Amino acid sequence: MDGGPLALDACSLSEAVRNKEISVTEVANAVVSQIEQKEPLIGAFLHLDHEALLERAALLDQKIAKGEISGRLLGVPVALKDNMVTSDMPTTAGSKILEGWRPPYDSTVAKLVISEKGIVVGKTNLDEFAMGSSTENSAYKVTRNPHDLSRVPGGSSGGSAAAVASGMSTLALGSDTGGSIRQPASLCGVVGVKPTYGYVSRYGLIAFASSLDQIGPFARTVKDAALLLEVIGEHDSMDSTSILGERPKLLEREALGVQSLRIGIVSELVDNCSVEVKERVLAAARLLEESGAKVDTVSAKAVTLGLSAYYVIAPAEASSNLSRYDGVRFGLRKDGSSLTDMFLTTRTQGFGDEVKRRIMLGTYALSSGYYDQYYGKALATRQLIQRQFDEIYKDFDLLLGPTSPTTAFLVGEKFNDPMSMYMNDVCTIPSNLAGHPAISVPFGVDQSGLPIGVQLLGPAMSEALLFQGAFELERLAMQYLEDVGV
Amino acid sequence: MSKSRTAKEQEMSWVYEGYELVVGLEVHTELKTSSKLFCSCANTFGSTPNTNVCPVCLGLPGTLPVLNRKVVELAIKIGLALNCEVRKSTFHRKNYFYPDLPKGYQISQYDLPINSEGYLDLPSGHRVGIERAHIEEDTGKITHMGSSGRMDKSSYSLIDYNRAGVPLTEIVSAPDIYSPDQAREYVSELRGVLVALGVSDGRMEEGSLRVDANVSVRPIGSSELRTRCEIKNLNSLRSLVRAIDYEGKRHVKLYRRGEAPIQETRHWDENKQRTDSLRSKEEANDYRYFLEPDLKALAPTESLVLQIAGEIVDTPRQKRAFLVESLAGEEMADQIEKAIDHELFPYVRHAIEAGISPRLAVARTANELASIISDALYLTEDRFVEVLRLEESKEISSSQAKVLLNALCQQDQSVADTIESLDLKKADDAHTRNMVEAVVSDSPAEWSRFVEGQEQLMGFFVGKVMKLTSGKADGSVVKDILLQLRATKN
Ligand SMILES: [Zn+2]
Repeated sequence: MDGGPLALDACSLSEAVRNKEISVTEVANAVVSQIEQKEPLIGAFLHLDHEALLERAALLDQKIAKGEISGRLLGVPVALKDNMVTSDMPTTAGSKILEGWRPPYDSTVAKLVISEKGIVVGKTNLDEFAMGSSTENSAYKVTRNPHDLSRVPGGSSGGSAAAVASGMSTLALGSDTGGSIRQPASLCGVVGVKPTYGYVSRYGLIAFASSLDQIGPFARTVKDAALLLEVIGEHDSMDSTSILGERPKLLEREALGVQSLRIGIVSELVDNCSVEVKERVLAAARLLEESGAKVDTVSAKAVTLGLSAYYVIAPAEASSNLSRYDGVRFGLRKDGSSLTDMFLTTRTQGFGDEVKRRIMLGTYALSSGYYDQYYGKALATRQLIQRQFDEIYKDFDLLLGPTSPTTAFLVGEKFNDPMSMYMNDVCTIPSNLAGHPAISVPFGVDQSGLPIGVQLLGPAMSEALLFQGAFELERLAMQYLEDVGV
Repeated sequence: MSKSRTAKEQEMSWVYEGYELVVGLEVHTELKTSSKLFCSCANTFGSTPNTNVCPVCLGLPGTLPVLNRKVVELAIKIGLALNCEVRKSTFHRKNYFYPDLPKGYQISQYDLPINSEGYLDLPSGHRVGIERAHIEEDTGKITHMGSSGRMDKSSYSLIDYNRAGVPLTEIVSAPDIYSPDQAREYVSELRGVLVALGVSDGRMEEGSLRVDANVSVRPIGSSELRTRCEIKNLNSLRSLVRAIDYEGKRHVKLYRRGEAPIQETRHWDENKQRTDSLRSKEEANDYRYFLEPDLKALAPTESLVLQIAGEIVDTPRQKRAFLVESLAGEEMADQIEKAIDHELFPYVRHAIEAGISPRLAVARTANELASIISDALYLTEDRFVEVLRLEESKEISSSQAKVLLNALCQQDQSVADTIESLDLKKADDAHTRNMVEAVVSDSPAEWSRFVEGQEQLMGFFVGKVMKLTSGKADGSVVKDILLQLRATKN
């Protein structure tokens, strides 16, 4: 990837392709050779089709030669998390129950990427149905962290994060229900964005928890993330929860700085993480202050309740969303002696342990007699968190905190300990419960050389301001690395 | 609600060994929209199986529902016609597994339905409360192959998802119905309302109108509500009446034996003419209702509700009132009930508005038009009025009027041309008298019995005269002449 087209950021790459300095075929060939080199070690993809990729590249090159083409992602490699439906590639959501399924339609995000002439590299690995924080729950393979192959890339969008971090794709899309974009972005040292709920269409995203799911970009730079979010962020009439109206311009926020922005450090989030991560967040805060931001510490007690509310609401919605995998119309079917037996055998053999755990949790939480005690309480807690954020955002423009409490952990380290696995999401979940946007920006590495991510949070539809802060944070991270002499 | 019952209500009442019935009905009606509730697939009956389907109504992974605005308008129309409160509502998921339910949950309305707390006044004068009328989606249609028709005994089942996602409104009555006949009256009246509103074609046999009955009994005079059973598979008004009667008696017998019914869902077996236990509530599904996260709350604007209210015309109640008022006190209740049929009513209204005597208009509509309307391809409302006008001015006889109406149904021809081609000119009275005398002298035995007072022979002579005159004679004139002849003989 050194010096080749994959070293360029997406903005420069599409510019070079447009100016015919690089052909799309050259880009595609670079992708293929990078994948051949890295993928056996990392295991980021569930589906690759180099032939189709090269064909599409050749087609785009023909059109470019005729001068009849434009597109904001012209010739830019994009990887899609395998819970985004694609008609020309299988879509499994990392589950055996969808093995070999060929959807008859395309997700809205896939259409948007293709209509802007991005080249889809492949479908990336994920925790089954996006349930997990390490990508170890995939029914197909374990994805490794490109910075240390003995460690996890985070999850559930671990494949997308690893693909971008290892240069196998310039951009990628992930989905974030409780941190599934930001946490792997943090662990893999790339930028990851969870937009406002309703900012990006969910049509064609295989649902985990519908009121929390949101698609967002992975990129190596804030600028690239802004470009991809500008491409996928638009109202979609196929998604009733899609926000109406225009989305703000993000790229133009690049050089605005943070002068006079009010940024709060959420003490509850900082207190929940490792010493090294905490110190790094505070370092970032100091640098932001030096850049002119008004930085202050703020307490948000309700966010500490987020984890428990989340682990009721998300499984409850999942238990319903996953009912359609019954063996009747698509995907896996295991015959049984009766209808009920067929349902049971199909679902028993098709779903992995973590998925079953959450279906059971969610079914229980919604059951009559338990609804008020669990689901009702969780909804009330969610409202409490939303109200607390509303209060805080009266005094602050953005909030700052860690993305993940720790850096990447070892493969297998937390696999049999669901509670400690769930704790990974403690810093990211509040944004999902509130429906707010947040972004994880790499901020150097720890003593073992593992990436640390710093998270910026904003109120609903504050993407413009959020990116303004993220651009500055990214610049400060470079400055920090120079200062400490890395 | 008034406790005093009208004579008509008394007539309908149901009492069995000291017990009375309490019935509440749940009526599901498919809404006549061009597309389904949450996708753009066609909403039509009778298409080739699984041709009106798409990723959304098949519940494929990643798909999302988008609410059909037309459905909301039709549901509001129903609510307003049933005197309901129309308000902000939400959608819930009702979760259960069955192969005809693509998503594993049905999107329905739960604690906040779009229409609530209305009522429907029946022709007998009884008022039935409407608890709610909400929007939900239909399931696919499953057919178990094999003779039993039951899933557990069939080797395979076929599913048609054309119906999956078809919009339904479920109309839930209060337990205000006290007899099988009243249940029939309620369903007929409700059906009339739905058809008049243009929201449903009201066909019970095709399943576009489906009725479930919640039946319980109680000692006469008591106001308690006892354990009820829900009866499904009521495919006609006849099975509705019989099933309620059967179920009521079953409950009474249980109580008389010192037992009690258990709350359960029961199935009406048309062949055996009895209800059978389908499943008891204990083993029934816990539907785990929760707010549908893929849809926003539905908040119809006041201006939309007002606009729809303005579009509601011709409910059975309004049509009945129009005819009763036009008839100014003439007692024609049975004919009125016939004439308010949605196909017939435009004719009778047109005739009355054109100045035809309301009595004649209602009579010809209810007696003649009702039996030929299904074939009335060419009979326009204007031609109907023309015929009645000719009859009223006695240019043709009433029997000729009937022949003429029949003929006008069959081919597209003006009234004048049809009279011409059928040679329908009323016979003059002198000619009729000649014909009557001819018939009388032809049948001396019958005549002498008629003279002796066998009134039923009147029809015999009238028929003969009609035959002889090819229907051109005026029946009432023939009768007059016969009576005159008999009077002179005595
Ligand atoms: Zn459809």
